[in-house]
Amino acid sequence: MDQPNARQGLLNRRFLLTAGVLLSAVAWAGCGGEYPQSALHPRSDFADRLDVLFRQIFWWAMGVFVVVEAAILYTIFRWRDRPGRDRPKEVHGHILMEVGWTLAPALILVAIAIPTIRTIFIVDRPTTDPNALVIEVTGHQWWWEFEYPEMDIVTANEIHIPLGRTIDLRLRSADVMHSFWVPRLGGKRDLVPGRETQLWFTADSVGVYWGQCAEFCGTSHALMGMRVIVDTPEDFAAWAAVNAGDAVQITDAQARAGRGVFGANACVSCHRVGGTPAEGQFGPDLTHFGSRLTIGAGILDNNFENLVRWIDSTQHVKPGNLMPEVYLSADQVAQLAAYLLALR
Amino acid sequence: MSADASTHEGLYRGGIWSWLTTVDHKRIGILYFVTGFVFLLVAGIEGQLIRTQLAQPELRILHPDFYNQLFTMHGTTMVFFAGMPLIIAFFNYIVPLQIGARDVAFPRLNAFSFWVLLFGGLFLYSSFFFGGAPDGGWFAYTPLTNREYSPGMGMDFYILALLLAGVGSIAGGVNFLVTIVNMRAPGMSFMRLPLFSWMALLVSILILLAFPPFTIGLVYMLFDRSFGTHFFDAAAGADPVLWQHLFWVFGHPEVYILILPAFGIVSDVIPAFSKKSLFGYPVVVFSGVLIAFLGFGVWVHHMFSVGLGPIVNAVFGGGTMLIAIPTGIKIFNWIATLWGGQIRFTTAMLFAIGLLVTFTIGGLSGVMHASPPSDLQQTDTYFIVAHFHYVLIGGTVFGLFAGFYYWFPKATGRMLSEKLGAWHFWLTFVALNVTFFPMHFSGLLGMPRRTFTYAAGLGLDVFNLISTIGAFLFTIAFLPLVVNLVRGLLKGDAAGANPWDAHTLEWTMSSPPPHYNFAVLPEVHRRDPLWHPYVVEGSDEVDGPSGVVPRLQPTDPPEPIIMPGPSYWPIFMATGLLIATIGGLGSLFVTLTGAAVALVGLFGWAFEPAEPEGEEAD
Repeated sequence: MDQPNARQGLLNRRFLLTAGVLLSAVAWAGCGGEYPQSALHPRSDFADRLDVLFRQIFWWAMGVFVVVEAAILYTIFRWRDRPGRDRPKEVHGHILMEVGWTLAPALILVAIAIPTIRTIFIVDRPTTDPNALVIEVTGHQWWWEFEYPEMDIVTANEIHIPLGRTIDLRLRSADVMHSFWVPRLGGKRDLVPGRETQLWFTADSVGVYWGQCAEFCGTSHALMGMRVIVDTPEDFAAWAAVNAGDAVQITDAQARAGRGVFGANACVSCHRVGGTPAEGQFGPDLTHFGSRLTIGAGILDNNFENLVRWIDSTQHVKPGNLMPEVYLSADQVAQLAAYLLALR
Repeated sequence: MSADASTHEGLYRGGIWSWLTTVDHKRIGILYFVTGFVFLLVAGIEGQLIRTQLAQPELRILHPDFYNQLFTMHGTTMVFFAGMPLIIAFFNYIVPLQIGARDVAFPRLNAFSFWVLLFGGLFLYSSFFFGGAPDGGWFAYTPLTNREYSPGMGMDFYILALLLAGVGSIAGGVNFLVTIVNMRAPGMSFMRLPLFSWMALLVSILILLAFPPFTIGLVYMLFDRSFGTHFFDAAAGADPVLWQHLFWVFGHPEVYILILPAFGIVSDVIPAFSKKSLFGYPVVVFSGVLIAFLGFGVWVHHMFSVGLGPIVNAVFGGGTMLIAIPTGIKIFNWIATLWGGQIRFTTAMLFAIGLLVTFTIGGLSGVMHASPPSDLQQTDTYFIVAHFHYVLIGGTVFGLFAGFYYWFPKATGRMLSEKLGAWHFWLTFVALNVTFFPMHFSGLLGMPRRTFTYAAGLGLDVFNLISTIGAFLFTIAFLPLVVNLVRGLLKGDAAGANPWDAHTLEWTMSSPPPHYNFAVLPEVHRRDPLWHPYVVEGSDEVDGPSGVVPRLQPTDPPEPIIMPGPSYWPIFMATGLLIATIGGLGSLFVTLTGAAVALVGLFGWAFEPAEPEGEEAD
């Protein structure tokens, strides 16, 4: 044992690493940044409750982390093998110490359990707000269907909701397990075939929030996104007025040609466009497609170029996607895109 | 001693046939180790392919279907074909030596367990050549995994491979339970049992209780897929959540199956390199018992987002938090063992201390999602991926490496290089933290698990890139291990009986041990027998004056030792089961043929005459 210095070198490296870990944790606690799908930047009562609870637990955990890691590092440094030491004394245990380090974590856990159970009995129960806006959510491989029963609105992959009003989601699945997750508005809830699950929250800031499916659901699970747009009550009313109705009249010539392409091809067998002969039920409702922010369940910004790409090579953009490749000329694709964008 | 050592090296001599028919627990342990290690490398490569695909947002390197196969196979392999075999490898090699036995209770069953495990793994991997590997996740949630949504054969391979390997696991559980209960040396009471053997006992019980519900679930799923039954079919009025319960009531104890042996190893390694008995032995034992017991009552914490209601979530959340208490107790007792010790930073000790450091991180992030509401933001995100890799690498793998460096001299008679070992430890330690620490952030900032890509707009590019760099560091970290292993086997220094001045019975006999282990069964008078005087019956040796000098086993057994002879029936019967399993893919004829072969094997096994091979004991 002639290398205590080398040993110390090893210890110092370990110390530096731990310090790095701690520093990065502190940096994280203070960081802002643009994270549209972050659980740490809550914008609803539900998300707030989870965040408050998480932060409480986080600081308890940090306290334990510092104490335990410091104890480990100090112990191995203090009692590292050095020449000339006697063989250690036998110590077989110490009742009081055992009781102490049983009770200390137990008390911390009680401190965590009390707010935990309080929160459970708020967030895991149905809402009691009689004015809640009910939205029925159906998960499909790999898109979201949304229906507002009291307003006769059916849409896909994005919802508009009013600021300050309780939103009561009723979740179902049309095929496999999915999970509804819009982190800035709250935690997950699974969509289970044969069951109806619920989730409710009240958004507190206007904005566009990202969400996506959080339960593995097959090939394009990664591409099952959505947007939740929180509007002022006035903006929401305006949106709802437009979206409750049938599709707008198409005047643009290119778009009218596109309507013909749409009607003459397989599109109509899966998609519905309200007020037209297109009554398909299998795919997303396209009645007001032009007003949506994204294409393909949150994966592309909704604009002409992306829409052409989507129609042209949908299986490349979203592999496994249940929309088949359609064989159309470039002109037809452009006309179709113009039509869909005109459906505002 | 030297003449004797040459006989002992014969332990690993002999042709392929002698390995195929071996029933020696030490050889079977080595077979398990090599199998587990190869699968560890394969699953590690799968992990690196996953990280390659995720290095940047919106990459299209791997097709999503292939990516889904990769993460399914990565998880399934790591749990069933890397983690468990490596653990059983140590059970096999070490437990009989530690408890003072000459073999396990059922040596041929032991060989059978190994062969079905190996066949299960090979069968699973053959799926890559028959239309694609399973791609429904290691958790295989229905209805995604039923015939309608997974029409390929991948999930059939998953079900059948795990049924086959599960037979081996259950048989292994029975074997080690009986071995540890019945075959302890005279005086080796439960309160003198080394901690690793204690944890092996608990894990055997966990295997016996946890695998049956999983097996039942797999059979239901097989029937739903193959025969059109409706065990999990919501359309027929059944509830697909039933599968989740059956899976996790197995899946959670499985986590403890993977971690308790590592705790056991650390509980043996820390005293050895502190030169100090384990602090609070009974408390460490009973906290292990408590973890094993509570482990059966917390499975719903994998299902907090299902919406099972506030009471269920509160009960299971509370139960999960309780597990933190015995786990904390263990950590504190290990620190107390180190305290006042004479700590030698051997590689085994570095990994053991590394476990304390990193497992603590994984344990604390675990408390964050033991709280069900907090978990609603964390479940199925990379935060969970970070958590369980800290637990499984920082816990299980570090523990297994500690055991590997600790017992390698015993199993091979040769020493490994401590310098290369230290490199291996530090590189692994850095790789672990670089890969998985950023995942805490990417998870909380909105990255779900099991996604083949992520949007550039999420702002998660940097975290993912760091994780990918860390994943490649793991490859570099493996190099010193491989060099060390080869170098150690070829020209490592001779180890001698007890190179570490360690305290348990496996260090009494020569390294590697003679195939009968103990020339004379030891009589144990207290815990940590090698650090205290003990008596070997029929030996003239005198106890060391200070009571800390270990007394070696006599080199010449005073009386003949009866050991079981080799048998080809275990591999024969396992082959029958493999054929039957292959038939499960769609041929009743093949299944029946396999069953017939297995029956013949069973018959031959049952009526095999006992042929004691006593010549080596002369």
